[in-house]
Amino acid sequence: MATMTAGVLGSFIHIDAAAEAIRALKAQGHTDLTVYSPAPNHEIEEALDQPVSPVRLFTLVGGLTGCAAGFAMTIWMSNNWPLLVGGKPIASVPPYVVLAFELTILLGALSTVLGIIVMSALQERKRVPYDEKFSDDHIGVFVPCGAEQSAAIERLLRRAGSVEVTHAA
Amino acid sequence: MAPTHTPTQTHAEVTRDVVATLGAPSRGYVMMLAGAVGLFLVGAFTFVMLLKDGLGLAGYNPPVMWSVYITTFVFWVGIGHAGTLISAILFLFRSQWRTAVYRATEAMTVFAVMTAGLFPIIHIGRQWVFYWLLPYPNQRYLWPNFKSPLLWDVFAIGTYLTVSTTFLVVGLVPDVAAVRDKVSGWRKKLYTACSLGWTGSDNQWRHYTRGYLYLAALATPLVLSVHSVVSWDFAMSIIPGWHGTIFAPYFVAGAIYSGVGMVFTLLIPLRKLLRVEHMIVDYHFDNLAKLTLFTGSILFYAYAMEYFMAWYSGSTYEQVTFWRRAFGPMWWAGWSMILCNAFVSQLLWFRKIRTNLTALFIISIFINIGMWFERYVIIVSSLSNDYEPWAWGQMNPTWADWGILAGSFGWFGMYFLLFARTFPIIAIQEIKETIPMPRKRGGH
Repeated sequence: MATMTAGVLGSFIHIDAAAEAIRALKAQGHTDLTVYSPAPNHEIEEALDQPVSPVRLFTLVGGLTGCAAGFAMTIWMSNNWPLLVGGKPIASVPPYVVLAFELTILLGALSTVLGIIVMSALQERKRVPYDEKFSDDHIGVFVPCGAEQSAAIERLLRRAGSVEVTHAA
Repeated sequence: MAPTHTPTQTHAEVTRDVVATLGAPSRGYVMMLAGAVGLFLVGAFTFVMLLKDGLGLAGYNPPVMWSVYITTFVFWVGIGHAGTLISAILFLFRSQWRTAVYRATEAMTVFAVMTAGLFPIIHIGRQWVFYWLLPYPNQRYLWPNFKSPLLWDVFAIGTYLTVSTTFLVVGLVPDVAAVRDKVSGWRKKLYTACSLGWTGSDNQWRHYTRGYLYLAALATPLVLSVHSVVSWDFAMSIIPGWHGTIFAPYFVAGAIYSGVGMVFTLLIPLRKLLRVEHMIVDYHFDNLAKLTLFTGSILFYAYAMEYFMAWYSGSTYEQVTFWRRAFGPMWWAGWSMILCNAFVSQLLWFRKIRTNLTALFIISIFINIGMWFERYVIIVSSLSNDYEPWAWGQMNPTWADWGILAGSFGWFGMYFLLFARTFPIIAIQEIKETIPMPRKRGGH
């Protein structure tokens, strides 16, 4: 197994305690935190104060691609084998709006999922310790640091209200 | 924050109670699953006979060349709509009561659309060439006719199945991770693989919550479009009884009404079988019933408008079609639809009925039957009498029609029951979001 990143992992059961610890750590210059929580939480988001996820760009690009592909496919295929029916235009845009709309949604949704996967994989910090309690009812705060800082960070986490602190080396 | 009305108070209890639903199955569950598999086998046998002998086994009779299979197709697509309404639209509206029921309804959507998708394929007769519906380069240099609503349907249903499956799977990932951390042995391996490395870190939540929001925002117009497109299969033609501009909203309201009906039919027994009576409570059923009342009332209005427009249009053909719906050879089907949908839904004005699960279950059976008849009436009664009285004709469903219909319930039930025991049927993570975490400085 790959070695874990060195650092300190604090577990919390109180949400305000975890948020307080995050703010204190950030004030001391520890910005590379990993915070685990069983559900998304606004207090943690506010304490971490991270930029908005770029997943929305994936949605936008996917949706626009779908829309363009929908019109391009229908218009090109109609003209590729032109069948004149009732003197109507070979490629008639109004009914093709339906297909362009469906493809906008389809590609928009698929690229959103791709965005979640790609962004999570790219930005996920590797080899950070995890505890099974974090998917249940605990909040975890991992601070990467060297051995010389770990005692000070443990004190900070405990003062904020951490119920358990472990060291990864 | 609105009350959740869920007696489950802490995050740990939510995980414990939902993971418990994945334990040893009860006898009731096994019996229901056996029943579903039995019905599925009836359908499978009928399908084999259709392959062997052709569509002549079903009750098609000119001019009624769309009948029970297309009726059942529309029925199942409609069922799916309530799931997306509850999971996506109510998510955007931030209605908290959806959290306890949305996973079950979203799963219902996926399996209902999967069931619906079989019917056009069964109906085309030569099932092995169904891929002709898709645009692909071929040696005949032919492309599908994109001006046909049937092609729109291929794209609408295909997109709907893909997007609702995606939405279900994305929603499941954090919950599967929570289950992974509570089980052991081969189940741990299974859930570890399915959880895709989910840890619930801040980065994952940041991208996940954004992505989920956009998925919901995309699914919302999608669900409204899908049944609109299905309604245009009919409304784009000039058959009397089909050629109406109210068809799209009328079908969407009907779809949601039928879907919520099916939610009652599924959840009322399921909460007992999976022992989650304390998580899905009267409060949720009361809200679902209000949704049923709302959409049922829209249907009531649409039914009245259909008859009004037939009269007011001055078109003899429309008038005759609607006269025959009420007093012609299919009067029993016409009145079943009006009674089961427009009138039975009005019982839900009473809170006593909205919170009485036995009453709701019985009403839901009426809704299922009524909504199937609605599509049967619209499709079969309109086709049976079009412009030339000498060409009028009736169809009578045969065992091959009923066999496939029964099989579709088995196919759907089988998947739904298996899903309910394999994956968390109650959204762990979303319920946790509605329960405030404990605070160091007192209170919640």
